[in-house]
Amino acid sequence: MTTGIVGYGAFIPRRRIKLEEIAKVWGADAPSYKRGLQLFEKSVPGADEDTVTMSVEAARNALVRSGGVDPQKIGALYIGSESHPYAVKPSGTIVSEAIGAVPALHVADLEFACKAGTESLFLANSLVKAGEVTYAVGIGADTSQGAPGDALEYSAAAGAAAFIFGADDEKIIAEVVDTYSWTTDTPDFWRREYMHYPRHGSRYTGEPAYFRHSMNSARGMMDKTGLEPADFAHAIFHQPNGKFPMRVGKKLGFTHEQLETGWLSPWLGNTYSGASPIGLTAVLDIASPGDLVLLTSFGSGAGSDSFVLKVTDRVTEVQDLAPKTRFQLDENKIYLEYGAYAKLRGKIRMAE
Amino acid sequence: MFSPARAWREFPQRYRLEAEKCASCGAIHYPPRLVCAECGAREFTAVVLPRDGKVVTFTIVRVPPAGFTEQSPLSIALVELSNGVRIMVQIGDVEDPESIEIGMPVRLEFRRVSSDGEAGVIFYGHKAVRAAS
Amino acid sequence: MRDVAVVGIGMTSFGELWRTPLRSLWAEAALAALDDAGLDSVDLITIGCMSSGLFTGQEHLASLLADELGMAGVPAARVESACASGGLAVRTGFAEVASGLSDTVLVTGVEKMTDVDGADSTYALGTAADAEWEGFHGITFPGLYAMLARVHMQQYGTTREQLAMVAVKNHANGLLNRHAQYHLKVDVEGVLGSTLVADPLRLFDCSPVTDGAAAVVLTTVERARELQPDRPPVVITGSGLATDTITIANRGSLAALNAVKLAGERAYAMAGRTPEDIHLAEVHDCFTIAEIMATEALGFFEPGQGGPAVENGLTALGGKIPVNTSGGLKSKGHPVGATGVAQVFEITNQLRGEAGQRQVEGARIGMAQNMGGSGGSSVVHILEVV
Repeated sequence: MTTGIVGYGAFIPRRRIKLEEIAKVWGADAPSYKRGLQLFEKSVPGADEDTVTMSVEAARNALVRSGGVDPQKIGALYIGSESHPYAVKPSGTIVSEAIGAVPALHVADLEFACKAGTESLFLANSLVKAGEVTYAVGIGADTSQGAPGDALEYSAAAGAAAFIFGADDEKIIAEVVDTYSWTTDTPDFWRREYMHYPRHGSRYTGEPAYFRHSMNSARGMMDKTGLEPADFAHAIFHQPNGKFPMRVGKKLGFTHEQLETGWLSPWLGNTYSGASPIGLTAVLDIASPGDLVLLTSFGSGAGSDSFVLKVTDRVTEVQDLAPKTRFQLDENKIYLEYGAYAKLRGKIRMAE
Repeated sequence: MFSPARAWREFPQRYRLEAEKCASCGAIHYPPRLVCAECGAREFTAVVLPRDGKVVTFTIVRVPPAGFTEQSPLSIALVELSNGVRIMVQIGDVEDPESIEIGMPVRLEFRRVSSDGEAGVIFYGHKAVRAAS
Repeated sequence: MRDVAVVGIGMTSFGELWRTPLRSLWAEAALAALDDAGLDSVDLITIGCMSSGLFTGQEHLASLLADELGMAGVPAARVESACASGGLAVRTGFAEVASGLSDTVLVTGVEKMTDVDGADSTYALGTAADAEWEGFHGITFPGLYAMLARVHMQQYGTTREQLAMVAVKNHANGLLNRHAQYHLKVDVEGVLGSTLVADPLRLFDCSPVTDGAAAVVLTTVERARELQPDRPPVVITGSGLATDTITIANRGSLAALNAVKLAGERAYAMAGRTPEDIHLAEVHDCFTIAEIMATEALGFFEPGQGGPAVENGLTALGGKIPVNTSGGLKSKGHPVGATGVAQVFEITNQLRGEAGQRQVEGARIGMAQNMGGSGGSSVVHILEVV
């Protein structure tokens, strides 16, 4: 059975903060951070935005691009995030209620650091492939936090991407050709229950975590399918900063041109579970029929999901139906100073 | 003052903008009610409100009520949707409150409206954001 | 229907009365009115109070307050219509005497607002709006009136300065009222420079949070003449009550107060009077814009002319139709449930010729207009000296 994406959509909040603005407050050397991390600015969620609100708007965009998929036929909906608004009470039920998918569907929230989003995609596609449901939705979304003054504060950002999977050939925009995942227990980045901010192993998050898993997952995916980097029109990797995805992509043999469409982190920041999924939406926004796309995520803890997707003829019919990712990233931006940013991100201790 | 039950029974209106249309005179009621305020009829059909509209009037609340004190300044508007129905909503993503004006085109987006404190239920709904003209 | 007269009036000072609980505040006003009437018993007590529950955690005022006066056993009824609760208490008492169900009614209004903090009192007042479809979004009362003001300004060219002049006038009058919360001279610059509360309304466009109580005793005209042969009876000749949509989203016009217009028309009809007959009026200036819009709705000025009228001094103490000689809600204070009754106190005082420095010469026909929420309800009474 052929299965794949029948609708896709992203949502990126309008607010931004520039790296210099954060560096100024903590006395960091902005130019060298920008060079070192290849990050210029990041998205900031409003006080009224969270994983749920962004997922609803992304899912709505996906429904529009699905050309009339009846929400009542969605049999499962999964949201991967590390910033679900409730520790107990799913984000997925609120989104399902908002898009009218309730009541006959499966829902559960997922967590696996930055790869919970792609795991949701894998589950959604697999359920359709197994014939268990007609349509399934996988969403990656986050409004991640970085501890004030910590390196992660420069990149922790907000965004969501939603994908509806189905098996009807006339609706498929990008076929899921195959999938692969590479997982070990690697404590590179974590947040204990009840702690406010995550902690990380600093340089340990590089080679033993991000690179090891991303490379093994991508290589394993290509071995499994007998494909090589040159076969792909686009490749998207997890984007904790601007530097890592380019480095891992090139190490694997991809060119800058293959990587650049899905490479959003220098202007978006790291949207954690939204990161590579939003990168995928940016690729789909300009993809051509017949394009092969490699998506390789990474989540700390650690693991990496890979997908090989084949873009169909239908892609050109749907790209313009909802706001494109690059448009949301580049237009209607509202820049914040650090004070307003700290207030919105709940970093100021308020009265009880 | 907002219990889970009270929030929950309003989800069709808050989350999906479900309204009702009088089967007799066509007047649209949001939220729904048992009797048409225009003609007194009691039969309705279900409709969904459109999400585009314009600002009819607005204010910027600088002294918010309990439950909203952290959201000051709070821009709130009376928005007339493209089907003529008027609703009260907050205006979201306001860069400069001075730039809001009567007639401003807006689009409704799903947002958090308030919550029952840090530990209580979160109340979601829609807010109006400036639409690209 | 029988003719109904106001035979006794009383009120507390209005202000932040930290030492006085609700029941004592109420009893003070009630006793003052009974003493003024020369009575120590009544057939019914009516109580206007918007929200003793949210402000003080106390409901069941009918029982509490009758008891407080040592009148356990006497019928009592609390009525509520947000900020028109006091006017509604007057209307209820009037109807009881007019219909013959009671001969003498103690009409009262009270609100004790200072036991809760600012955010909580804003919330409590906000319950006069539609809690689900307005309050849910964080709107406040200043916010609702600000929205109406914006439309009135856009439609009629009413200016920020004209709104400020309402506050200036009412503070000038309040200086002459010993019961007023504020004895403060205010000028237009001061109003325009005060803190923004809900754009475009500022602190000095808004009536304050106040504790206070007021009471009047109603009886038949015959009984009034018996009790006070030296005072010409002050008779309630017209009473009108009306509602409008609660949400401003469903209002017909955002620049008009239809409930006030309807209540006014009903009062004029009962009294056989027109706006030109009215010598002075106490009008519900919860916000400066409300006074302007109410004077238009009551027919004193054409729609859109309320602002220029204030600017031209028509509603000042010496003007063509003095409005809010008491100082209005703005400087007298606005203990919500008491306001409507305090308005009748002032009109009665004026018609008796006992208003001292605030006396309007030749005042024989007066009006009291009370309003709830953003105009969702209104009660209007016309009083005349016979």
